[in-house]
Amino acid sequence: MYDFLTGPMLYLSLAIFIGGCIWRVVWYIRGLDQKLDRVAYKAHLEHGLKHAARSVLAFIIPFASHTWRAKPAMTIATFLFHFAIVGIPLFAPAHTTLMDQWLWIAPLSLPQSVVDFLILMFFISAGFLILRRIALPEVRILTNWQDVMVLAITIAPFITGVLASTHTGDYQFWLNMHIFCGEVMLIAIPFTKLSHFVLFFMSRGQLGMDFGIKRGGLKGTKFAW
Amino acid sequence: MPQGTLCRALPVQNEEELKELLADTGGKKYYAEMQELDVDADKLAATLQKTLKSRLRTWLNICAKCGMCAESCFLYRIHNRDPKQVPAYKIQSTLGEIVRRNGKVDNKFMQHCMYTAWAKCTCCNRCGTYCPHGIDMGVMFSYLRGLLFSQGFVPWELKIGSGMHRVYRAQMNVTEEDWVETCEWMAEEQQEEYPLLEIPVDKVGADIMYTCNAREPKHYPEDIAEMAILFHIAGEDWTVPSKGWEQTSLSMFAGDWEACTMQVKEVYDAMERLKPKRMVGTECGHAHRATVIEGPYWAGREDGLPPVPCQHYVEWLAEALRLGKIKIDPAKRIKEPYTIQDSCNYVRNHGIKKAVREVMSYLADPSYYRPMEPELEHNYCCGGGGGFNGIGLYRNERNFALMTKRDQILATGAKLVIAPCHNCWDAIRDLEEHFAIGIRWSFLKPLVVHSAIIPEHLKPQEEEEMEEEA
Repeated sequence: MYDFLTGPMLYLSLAIFIGGCIWRVVWYIRGLDQKLDRVAYKAHLEHGLKHAARSVLAFIIPFASHTWRAKPAMTIATFLFHFAIVGIPLFAPAHTTLMDQWLWIAPLSLPQSVVDFLILMFFISAGFLILRRIALPEVRILTNWQDVMVLAITIAPFITGVLASTHTGDYQFWLNMHIFCGEVMLIAIPFTKLSHFVLFFMSRGQLGMDFGIKRGGLKGTKFAW
Repeated sequence: MPQGTLCRALPVQNEEELKELLADTGGKKYYAEMQELDVDADKLAATLQKTLKSRLRTWLNICAKCGMCAESCFLYRIHNRDPKQVPAYKIQSTLGEIVRRNGKVDNKFMQHCMYTAWAKCTCCNRCGTYCPHGIDMGVMFSYLRGLLFSQGFVPWELKIGSGMHRVYRAQMNVTEEDWVETCEWMAEEQQEEYPLLEIPVDKVGADIMYTCNAREPKHYPEDIAEMAILFHIAGEDWTVPSKGWEQTSLSMFAGDWEACTMQVKEVYDAMERLKPKRMVGTECGHAHRATVIEGPYWAGREDGLPPVPCQHYVEWLAEALRLGKIKIDPAKRIKEPYTIQDSCNYVRNHGIKKAVREVMSYLADPSYYRPMEPELEHNYCCGGGGGFNGIGLYRNERNFALMTKRDQILATGAKLVIAPCHNCWDAIRDLEEHFAIGIRWSFLKPLVVHSAIIPEHLKPQEEEEMEEEA
């Protein structure tokens, strides 16, 4: 099982993940329609891209936008969750060693202590997001089974990873489960709302272009995101 | 497929049909027919296939369901934070559902969508600016309105409104003759005080072509007179077109994109015909949005811009005051606290943030300014935007929605509200009528006319004339 998960399954899931993300981006850009979207993308492309960058930056920097400043706890939880979910798979020492071995690439490793701290932060922020989804009526009403599934898919690799790395119970079982869950997440990204992994940049950028080209940007004003 | 005689998928075709709709007081028969109206699911699916592209599909699919949009919506806040007023819920439970069912929805569901699209969203676009993913639910509701209109599920007044644009190329039954006569009448009325004042019609090559809102010639002709006085005082070379003078588009509120195109092309044709250096539009938010912001796309213009540069009236006024074309009598400056209503349509959605404040800096000492909280591009809708003001069926909901603006105004402590937008002006008038909080509200034109210094050469030359006669 281990050989399968770290062999064909790994390459397949990576291929689906990378290919799927590229497809999502290409599909998004090809689907932009000047007349239907009512944004003159081509005529003001350079100007629009500058405003796209402003819009994206305002939302990937903690507290840079009105939204983030209005909800500080949610902002901290969101950013910790995302730092961990991107940072740990790429920079945990246990992963970088294997990446070097299997994929012939060796990114810089984060110290294990930093990774442990990020894992703790991940669980705290994930717990906050789950509690918020249950407790707040305005979030609960939006939640359906797909949202629960997606949350489970993102949390599962962390739970199984901790169980494996701490040798809790059957190490080989949890290790296999950890790899499997990680691969499920990679495969799920292009096909679920996890596609915001790439589509966030498209969507936020598009609204930035919208405001930059049509809704005031050409007049020289900048929207105070 | 039962289609009513009044309520049906087809838009208004001619004046006769329009008059039949108008004769149905309050839309009684119209709404009764709506109960039987069938949904053409195949047409709906085909429209989705053709028009729901990657931007809207992505917005529906990647919504994180985080609820961060909730607080951005004034209707959510004023409805005691009712979760059913969360923008993401409102759009997912309407357009989202139509897409998931690929158009296979029934009459009851379409009526639910109609209620949500026109009574629970004013298309103010505030939510989109707060959504971390940049999901603009106002844009999606506008799209939904288009789907609903194409199936005949549209409030009675807006079916009439879009019909007006189709028949008269104006939101009200004001014909070309009515318009030109009103201009002549208003010019004559002012000539005692401003002997040289004219309202030039169809002058080719003027610096400015002015366009307005049909309710000005229909109900508020003094607005046209004030505009003429100010252009006259400022010494502008200006004109109005006999055709293509109407800048508004109730069809935009209705989701009747075909009528939007007809309407805006009429204005653009006037620009092409008269070749002005620029167009200045009246103090109306949605008129500006329809003609200047969205219009180029309906007219198929590749650069997304109107044929000539366009300004909102507040921009022209700010410029005229800045350049000294209009001077304010210091003795007539406003000497009381005032606040400003920022229109969603040209402040949030076109970045015209400074002009009104600049104009007011000439009209009153800045110390009198009491900003609303929030203001500028983050300001809340007046409560009657997106057609909400005009829909009798949802009058109670609209009146309830006005409480946001009422409370914002009350918090400023000001009794004078500057509202350079017809829609906002109406909403604020109605909130005063409904809640009686003791405020006054005004466009900028009457305030500037009241305070402007009339240049000597424009004043009546009575004494000289008398001497000459003697």
